[in-house]
Amino acid sequence: MHLVNIDDVEMRYGGPEGTLAVSGLNVKMDRGEFVAVVGPSGCGKSTLMKLTTGLQRPQKGAVVVAGQEVTKPISIVGMAFQNPIMLPWRTTLDNILLPLEIVEKHRRRIRTHRKEYIERAEHLLELVGLKGFGPKYPWQLSGGMQQRANLCRALIHEPELLMLDEPFGALDAFTREELWCVIRDLHAESDVTVMLVTHDLRESAFLADRILVLSARPGRVIADHRVPFERPRNLDLLFDNDFNHLVQDLHAEIARARDAA
Amino acid sequence: MSGARKGPTFIQLAPWIYTAALFLLWEGAVRLFDLPVTFLPAPTRIAEAIVQYWGPIWTNSLQTLYTTLLGFVLAMVGGLAIGLLIGWSRSIYAGLYPLMIGFNAIPKVAVVPILIIWFGIGSIPAIITAFLISFFPIVVNVATGLATIEPETEDILRALGAKKMDIMIKVGIPRSMPYFFASLKVAITLAFVGSVLSETVGSNTGLGNMMAAAQSRFNVPLVFAGLVMLAIEGIVMYAIMAWVERRMTGWAHRSSM
Repeated sequence: MHLVNIDDVEMRYGGPEGTLAVSGLNVKMDRGEFVAVVGPSGCGKSTLMKLTTGLQRPQKGAVVVAGQEVTKPISIVGMAFQNPIMLPWRTTLDNILLPLEIVEKHRRRIRTHRKEYIERAEHLLELVGLKGFGPKYPWQLSGGMQQRANLCRALIHEPELLMLDEPFGALDAFTREELWCVIRDLHAESDVTVMLVTHDLRESAFLADRILVLSARPGRVIADHRVPFERPRNLDLLFDNDFNHLVQDLHAEIARARDAA
Repeated sequence: MSGARKGPTFIQLAPWIYTAALFLLWEGAVRLFDLPVTFLPAPTRIAEAIVQYWGPIWTNSLQTLYTTLLGFVLAMVGGLAIGLLIGWSRSIYAGLYPLMIGFNAIPKVAVVPILIIWFGIGSIPAIITAFLISFFPIVVNVATGLATIEPETEDILRALGAKKMDIMIKVGIPRSMPYFFASLKVAITLAFVGSVLSETVGSNTGLGNMMAAAQSRFNVPLVFAGLVMLAIEGIVMYAIMAWVERRMTGWAHRSSM
């Protein structure tokens, strides 16, 4: 039983003559699995995210998440984008609590059980290394700190599926590596299933259990790599030979996919 | 460090210094060129007129302030409501926006006679003109605030099952508040334009009426006295709106915090 099962999906934007974003797309993800999606730009990675979360419905094929066909947005997901988009009028803590004011299961409880939720948020802040930053406003945080808080917000409602769309694209190399470790630890600590869309091949190889390579538009999966490295992984892995071979293979595949387009 | 401390105090004094300089220049020019009082009265002559006619100036100022504020409050409530409405729905936006541009393009001076036919001479045409003229910038600003929500924010919330109402309340309305309060500063000054316009065209009260009557009697110092009162009211109301803006949406002005 897969948590996510995308079966022969086709998605076209802008009517019958519009752009074909993905075609013949098949993705299966097990519960607790960490799957990275890489590919040339414009290969439909963001479409894949929107299909999985129910923000878009495919014209052909089926998207099944947690045993149910996705026909509308499903609230068992948490999302984080490259742009952390914290709401500037809310403190970091209130930003993190925002999903709880939306998700059906929690929105009735948040008023009466606020303390319990704040404790949960503070626990998450501590996990990502932002202990004590809850009362600060987002603009008082650096880019890397905002992205950490963004992860907390994506996780506050304990989603079964965490969708990350190039979450670290705008950060410097060292901050990015720090946050890889944060994600690694968050994944190790819970049984959350993660889909990471990224351009950074080292990121995908360091974090994922499986790496899917998408073709140029219309996107479909052209390679499915199982990442063999033992967990827990640490940053030394980045200098490992096998690791670099894997990154080079991925790089070559994407270059071929680009040329084929 | 002492230079840095001098800076702000000069900046704080600057409005007063510049205003004083303007009046001094004006006074000097009038005396130097010996301008007749019916052409351009000196500030001292205007001050005299203000003292001399203080009774009528005060009542008419209050009257104008009253019609302006009432029209402005209506514009604030209506503008916020319409702005949220057209920001809410693309079809309402598409239908209503051209209409409003059309209404806004109509010179308000042409509307006042119609209002007088409908409501008679009095406060109501002035209130409505103030409303009509200050309504539009509020609508446009509120709608802009709603239209510029980041699509990712909407995606995140929609993926969690948020209804349109949730997105409006949690993101849209707070996000459009800085735009709304900024537009109030523009709207309040426009509201004065509207009420005085209406009073000038057809009314028996208010500063506009007082100035029109003074003009017909060649009492030019009184005309200028009316203008000074309007300027003062305008500045005070603007300052209040600016203060309200800072109080309500301080988060949008973080550089000054």
